[in-house]
Amino acid sequence: MGPGGACWRGGGVPGGFKRWLSSQARAPRVCVVGSGPAGFYTAQHILKHHDLARVDIYEKLPVPFGLVRFGVAPDHPEVKNVINTFTHTARSDRCAYYGNVTVGRDVTVGELQQAYHAVVLSYGAEDNRVLGIPGENLSGVYSARAFVGWYNGLPENQDLKPDLSCETALILGHGNVALDVARILLSPLDLLRKTDITDSSLAALACSKVKRVWLVGRRGPLQVAFTIKELREMINLPGARPVLDPADFAGLGNAVKDAPRPRKRLTELMIKTASEKPGEKTVAAQVAAAAREWGLRFQRSPQEVLPTADGRRARGVRMALTQLEGSGDSAKAVPTGDVEELECGLVLSSIGYQSLPLDPAVPFDPQRGIIPNSSGRVEGAPGLYCSGWVKRGPTGVIITTMNDSFDTAQSVLEDLQAGVLDVSASREGFGAVGSILRSRGVRPVSFSDWEKIDAAEVARGKAAGKPREKIVDPEEMLQLIGH
Amino acid sequence: MAAPGPLRLLRAAAAARRWLLSASPAAGARPGRGRAAAAVAVGAARPFGLSARAALSSEDKITVHFINRDGDKLTAKGKPGDSLLDVVVDNNLDIDGFGACEGTLACSTCHLIFEDHIFEKLDAITDEEMDMLDLAYGLTETSRLGCQICLKKSMNDMTVRVPEAVADARQSIDMSKNS
Ligand SMILES: Cc1cc2nc3c(=O)[nH]c(=O)nc-3n(C[C@H](O)[C@H](O)[C@H](O)COP(=O)(O)OP(=O)(O)OC[C@H]3O[C@@H](n4cnc5c(N)ncnc54)[C@H](O)[C@@H]3O)c2cc1C
Ligand SMILES: NC(=O)c1ccc[n+]([C@@H]2O[C@H](COP(=O)([O-])OP(=O)(O)OC[C@H]3O[C@@H](n4cnc5c(N)ncnc54)[C@H](OP(=O)(O)O)[C@@H]3O)[C@@H](O)[C@H]2O)c1
Ligand code: FES
Repeated sequence: MGPGGACWRGGGVPGGFKRWLSSQARAPRVCVVGSGPAGFYTAQHILKHHDLARVDIYEKLPVPFGLVRFGVAPDHPEVKNVINTFTHTARSDRCAYYGNVTVGRDVTVGELQQAYHAVVLSYGAEDNRVLGIPGENLSGVYSARAFVGWYNGLPENQDLKPDLSCETALILGHGNVALDVARILLSPLDLLRKTDITDSSLAALACSKVKRVWLVGRRGPLQVAFTIKELREMINLPGARPVLDPADFAGLGNAVKDAPRPRKRLTELMIKTASEKPGEKTVAAQVAAAAREWGLRFQRSPQEVLPTADGRRARGVRMALTQLEGSGDSAKAVPTGDVEELECGLVLSSIGYQSLPLDPAVPFDPQRGIIPNSSGRVEGAPGLYCSGWVKRGPTGVIITTMNDSFDTAQSVLEDLQAGVLDVSASREGFGAVGSILRSRGVRPVSFSDWEKIDAAEVARGKAAGKPREKIVDPEEMLQLIGH
Repeated sequence: MAAPGPLRLLRAAAAARRWLLSASPAAGARPGRGRAAAAVAVGAARPFGLSARAALSSEDKITVHFINRDGDKLTAKGKPGDSLLDVVVDNNLDIDGFGACEGTLACSTCHLIFEDHIFEKLDAITDEEMDMLDLAYGLTETSRLGCQICLKKSMNDMTVRVPEAVADARQSIDMSKNS
């Protein structure tokens, strides 16, 4: 599979004969569930630090890379450079990729444990938190997760067809996903056209009437969860004017004087943007051209999505005004009793992702939405590990996920070294799982199959001047590789 | 010893995967667009053309010492104008996860800590680098992003430190050395 070739640890002596001999010794077989950053970084670290280990990665979708493909915004191609590293890992002789296999349905975790010495669960967070307020299911209300999946070509969200016929959109939440969604809604089409955003969502955005986006948070400016790079990008977005109310930031300059640098700079950027009057210096040209606008609203907690007269669609959201109790990151938003109605035709709830339990055999903490673990060792389940969002919860950028995946890989290595993981009994790995899958009519997709799909996507994109045109129908992917 | 153009492209790979570098040409099938873009972003117009660079003798090279997370010292050379990410990649330095975004200011995995006297003389930091640096682990007063720092003669023999990631607090295990 793949153009493997001889692989050895660079920097060290190429293994040669001794290596060959020792490879006849028992190789630990490790299984990783999920091919997002957590899965790939865990595999990478184990392969790199153990010369004999073999790692098989199972993925639900035919195509790999998780949120790097289906989450990261299309206008952030540089973030997706990590795919190059993942591709190298997947092409290693000691690594195999099996897409199109849903663990928990096509094969159980118990069956995987029979076939491997260690099983690492890195299946991410596939659902989203819900607000739990009346009106949440009205038409015109979407989760940011589904909206992101829609524009990024995630198969399950291709029927979303969000209604973009209104002028005002409300995004609930102050995280980076909220900013991603706002930016996609307001970006000039010419910028998006050159990205790998799907053709159909581009067409829908071309007809969008949305020209005003409010991002509403339940806490204050000092508690926003988004980061400065993403905010700056939004502020500099061509054709869109930031609308920040200076009153929201009164006195904050002083308050953050001694705050850690990231919080301080982020707050200062908001204060500066709020105080730049339209028509002033840098923003002048931008404002003149800006047919669209966006803004941040604070201390408003969603209470109810209000229906139109016919009771079918969203026409706005009633917000409970809040005051903060405590300060800093841990401040709590407490309703003051006052309410306010914000009108809008589109509501995007961006209050976070959520992991789901995978298999009754695997412990799961529903409160925290994670698999309970210490340093990636699943509590009470020897031989079972976890990494990434399902280990930590659905926050953190790729580098955070990388670090915690290395941490989990380290635990696996420690347990191998200490003999906690018994490798004396041979395990068949995919040999065993493959027959189970066959008996259930499941045909895995290999990494070289993915490379064919990849090439087809790149070729389709080329005509349109895009890095790729994603294939959004799994059936079409499977046909393409002759399944 | 300067690599000719195509080879440089082949090497446009994150250091993180140097351990897998195979002889296969496909290894560089998708060179990161990143590092070219980064060179533009930092305004690092390379001071030498290819032929001139080929003529560089080893005395013209700049030596850099990296203190890795485990305390190991890695020493490597680079050419004036090379970024510290170039040095890590071109010399296959074994620093876990270094340069994930391939020099496009989108990851902060190239975070390095400088000696005071070197830090003071570095080119001014841009807002964009500072924004990314703010997300780095183990930020210090003399932290910068390695992909944005280009070698100068005056940096010869400098020592930079790789910050500890949270995950690296414990003793790391390597079972590839004792096979
Ligand atoms: C919208 C969005 C944008 C983001 N943008 C950025 C960004 O610009 N920069 C940045 O650094 N970080 C970004 N992040 C964060 C980053 O994506 C995460 O840190 C990272 O993806 C988490 O990795 P993971 O592997 O735990 O989860 P995932 O990436 O979700 O990977 C999990 C994988 O497991 C698979 N899976 C699920 N269930 C099963 C099953 N039953 N069997 C087999 N496989 C299964 C999934 O299909 C998926 O491929 C973004 C996140 C989101 C949501
Ligand atoms: N470009 C990038 O680097 C990038 C892009 C996208 C995502 N990511 C990363 O991916 C992770 C996930 O992002 P995210 O935006 O989904 O999550 P997030 O950063 O956790 O933000 C969630 C937001 O929702 C709010 N919220 C939660 N529950 C709420 C409720 N019941 N009512 C009202 N508001 C509520 C939170 O406010 P409170 O603080 O008050 O709870 C917070 O503002 C983050 O770590 C993010 O940085 C990075
Ligand atoms: S390599 Fe990603 S920021 Fe430097």
